Amino acid sequence: MNVAVAKTGNGRAVSDLFASAEGRLPGSPSVIAVRREAFETYERLGLPHRRIEEWKYTDLRALVGEVLPLAAAPDAAALKRAAEAVKAHAIAGARKLVLVDGVFAADLSDVKALASEAGFKTSRETLEKDAGLLKTASTDAVIALNAALATDGVVLSIADGVQLSAPIQIIHIATASSASAFSRSQVAIGKGVRATIIESFVAAGAEAYQVNDAVIVSVGDNADVAHIRLLDDAPDAVNVTSQFVTVGANTKLNFFNMTTGAAVSRLQGFITLAGEGSELSVNGVNLLQKTEHGDTTLVVDHAVPNCVSREVFRAVIDDRAHSVFQGRIIVRPDAQKTDGKMMTRALLLSDEAEADNKPELEIFADDVSCGHGATAGALDDSLLFYLKARGLPEKQAQALLIQAFVGEAIEQIADDGLREHVIGIAERWLERRQ
Amino acid sequence: MALLEVKDLKVRVEEREILHGLTLTVNEGEVHAIMGPNGSGKSTLSHVIAGKPGYEVTDGQILFKGEDLLEMDPNERAAKGVFLAFQYPVEIPGVATMTFLRTALNAQRKARGESEYSTPDFLRKVREVSKSLNIPQDMLKRGVNVGFSGGEKKRNEVLQMALFEPSLCILDEMDSGLDIDALRIAADGVNALRSPKRAMVVITHYQRLLNYIVPDVVHVMSKGRVVKSGGKELALELEASGYAQFEDAA
Ligand SMILES: Nc1ncnc2c1ncn2[C@@H]1O[C@H](COP(=O)(O)OP(=O)(O)O)[C@@H](O)[C@H]1O
Ligand SMILES: [Mg+2]
Repeated sequence: MNVAVAKTGNGRAVSDLFASAEGRLPGSPSVIAVRREAFETYERLGLPHRRIEEWKYTDLRALVGEVLPLAAAPDAAALKRAAEAVKAHAIAGARKLVLVDGVFAADLSDVKALASEAGFKTSRETLEKDAGLLKTASTDAVIALNAALATDGVVLSIADGVQLSAPIQIIHIATASSASAFSRSQVAIGKGVRATIIESFVAAGAEAYQVNDAVIVSVGDNADVAHIRLLDDAPDAVNVTSQFVTVGANTKLNFFNMTTGAAVSRLQGFITLAGEGSELSVNGVNLLQKTEHGDTTLVVDHAVPNCVSREVFRAVIDDRAHSVFQGRIIVRPDAQKTDGKMMTRALLLSDEAEADNKPELEIFADDVSCGHGATAGALDDSLLFYLKARGLPEKQAQALLIQAFVGEAIEQIADDGLREHVIGIAERWLERRQ
Repeated sequence: MALLEVKDLKVRVEEREILHGLTLTVNEGEVHAIMGPNGSGKSTLSHVIAGKPGYEVTDGQILFKGEDLLEMDPNERAAKGVFLAFQYPVEIPGVATMTFLRTALNAQRKARGESEYSTPDFLRKVREVSKSLNIPQDMLKRGVNVGFSGGEKKRNEVLQMALFEPSLCILDEMDSGLDIDALRIAADGVNALRSPKRAMVVITHYQRLLNYIVPDVVHVMSKGRVVKSGGKELALELEASGYAQFEDAA
């Protein structure tokens, strides 16, 4: 009898991935059983491909091929490189929580400073006893794989009424080349909280690595939260991140993502507005070049009445890069007076650049105001000429217009310092083009 | 000394010849007016001098300070001292006027191997010039020309001229869309920049502007050629008799 063994591109059996990782995964036998089940789901589905509707534009089988083995725990040299990267990418004044190759690095983190304002545990500690962190409202192959292999992450809880005196910055650092890091974090934000959470993804000398991250966020009523994610991974890296966000009543949540790195990236966000009177603002910028592929896929679920959601996306696509934006707005039957809009614009800097935009409105209530708009085009020649006639070389003229273009999304960041920081990252991306 | 020499210039746009052998010499310190009916090729000439893409030069040459201008990119021309005040300045949303001015000035200085302006020096200079042109400071914080009135756009062009200190200023229909007060402010700004080292080419359809910016030489353009040149009295003559006589001559 022949038993087909699923093989990866290099002939490694897919099941080896789990077997070789198992010893490094935290969890009691019952937690490991949950992981094994998740891995079986992944084995059954395999990497998502173009015939799976949600992954139509991001065929991971074609783009990535195989999942690399789990990165070894970082050694002293790796931690030293990571420390340098922390210095380079830390946001002034923020309290840092650092994950190196998916493993929490206490020595690089500000756990003590954080303790007065937020509860903190590692995901590793949490998962030793309880598999709750591994469960999410929806799942697919990459989410299942994350549940199976997540080694660590941060579990934060911010109690009711707390006004964070400084932002919290979760920094993911890759030090291991040709290896995978799986992390899973949870951020529970109480009622009336004011908080800024930043996530950064960077490399410290690593190449061709893969990141699979999952984040579970809950925001209580009457809160005011800014959540900023900055993906600046190595140019040949892969980053697939799934976010699950639940928003309470009368809350303001302002999310911003900027992608300036990774050969292949996908941010899939599943956001549920579960309390009335909330305002959700989701904004993003993709700056892509060479053959980079950047996908932002969002599902905004208006489960209750009287919420506002706004999505503003800007993609700047050079060379043969490919930007994908998929935005679905669901308005449940009860969610009357929903006001949901998304607007995406793509700037194509080369003839071979590609932008795919897939908006979907699923509206089951009758008294709502929902809409979407999309444009794609090149830089305006008459504006370019005006700038050149004033002395700006071509690339510099382009840079000024590109900054203005992405500025429409970046200006949604309320904090001056953070906005300047993000503009700085965009400027450095533009300088690399010159 | 000849600053600008346009020799027998022939230019095509989309397979159609617009300039049919145009010759023009402008010396340092001189102010030349180019007058002519709509469609005679005045803007085309100014665009070709500034280096706007889309124009095919099939014959002739343009020398600036003795160098072949047609070999240079528009930004190189700007750094060498060519400035075109546009007939229709574009709006650039999201690029603050102040950022634009500083970036442009420093790009030109860098191209000439000069040091960048320090921020206080730059701000002092902008403040000084914008005050003389009646440009409020809050206008400089807005996007380039965004929401500016016609008069404000033209004053913004003159502001740039004053800031960049070019040796050749070409003003394309600076008077179009301006009321008499706005015209006077803009013209005063231009007159303040007249100097023995700087030349100006004032393109206009109407004689009116030349009451405020008095030229040394007046050229009449018709159907892609300079058909007559003379002193400032030629402008008055045209005002009285119109362009019809030259249309036939061309
Ligand atoms: N981009 C263009 N494409 C086609 N024809 C043009 C273009 N620009 C100018 N022309 C033509 O060239 C001629 C001269 O135009 P222009 O230089 O704008 O004249 P003026 O500034 O003297 O009014 C006109 O007949 C105009 O229609
Ligand atoms: Mg014209």
